[in-house]
Amino acid sequence: MPELKFLAIAIAVGLGAIGAGLGIGKIVSQAIESTGRNPEMHGKIFNMMILGAALTEALAIYALVMALMMFFE
Amino acid sequence: MHISVTAEHIFNIFSWPVSNTMLTAWMAILLVVPAAYFATRKMQMVPGKLQNFFEVLIESLFGLVEGFMGDRKSALKFFPLAATFFIFILVTNWMGLLPGFGSIGFYEHEKLVPIFRATNADLNTTLGLAMLAVVVVQISGIMTLGLFRYGKKFINFKSPMGFFVGILELISEIAKIISFSFRLFGSVLAGEILLTVIAFLVPYIVPLPFMGLEIFIGGVQALVFMLLFTVFTKMAITEMEH
Repeated sequence: MPELKFLAIAIAVGLGAIGAGLGIGKIVSQAIESTGRNPEMHGKIFNMMILGAALTEALAIYALVMALMMFFE
Repeated sequence: MHISVTAEHIFNIFSWPVSNTMLTAWMAILLVVPAAYFATRKMQMVPGKLQNFFEVLIESLFGLVEGFMGDRKSALKFFPLAATFFIFILVTNWMGLLPGFGSIGFYEHEKLVPIFRATNADLNTTLGLAMLAVVVVQISGIMTLGLFRYGKKFINFKSPMGFFVGILELISEIAKIISFSFRLFGSVLAGEILLTVIAFLVPYIVPLPFMGLEIFIGGVQALVFMLLFTVFTKMAITEMEH
């Protein structure tokens, strides 16, 4: 049934987005809290936060790439 | 509106196919290599503008790499490749945002084939960079620790648990290739599609914040690739303690 393909694409991207959203939210909230506790380490904390967020976002991007390949198959 | 997941083949050089992403990569090389040559040709104590720009770039990158590697000597050994990854990925990502990339092209079978396209929107490029990074990490581990001490991480017969963990480490090395390549490929491709769709929907004013987002993501992906390569190298050359 060709309609199921669109359902599969939407579910793939949606679940990927949920995971990334939860992960990045937790990373950034911890970064903000630790900057509040220790403002002089702000530069290092910011660098680690960007690195962690990019790594977590990669997992959502795997889901997106799979969905794109399904879409253009 | 035209979206293509694969890179389009433009012309052949003696039966070698050349794609539009390859053309962009060559343009990036033609941009960076002469700039670097002229910046280092007559180096002065009080630097001119080009030399100053490169000095700022190299110093900040080296500060980052040295922070992750720990000591200056091993940072100096692995810095050239890490900085090359950063500069190449950054320049090609940002070049893909210039006007004309993805829009100027010719028609083939009623589909627009752009002449230039962002290099990392092609899985071939990112897979090549990822394989290079992972192979260099393995080689640095073997060169620093010796084949047996490095191989003990993957194949150790001390206990069934240790054997299983060794197999997992081996699989994780292969997963690193996939994760490196897909992270970069997915970010750049998704950015291209996002910009295409937004420009298709509302051509004026609204694409501006999305261009800003793409500039940011292009920079962050270059930084993440370099930092991950540095971290994996550090982990490979460090003796494992039990």
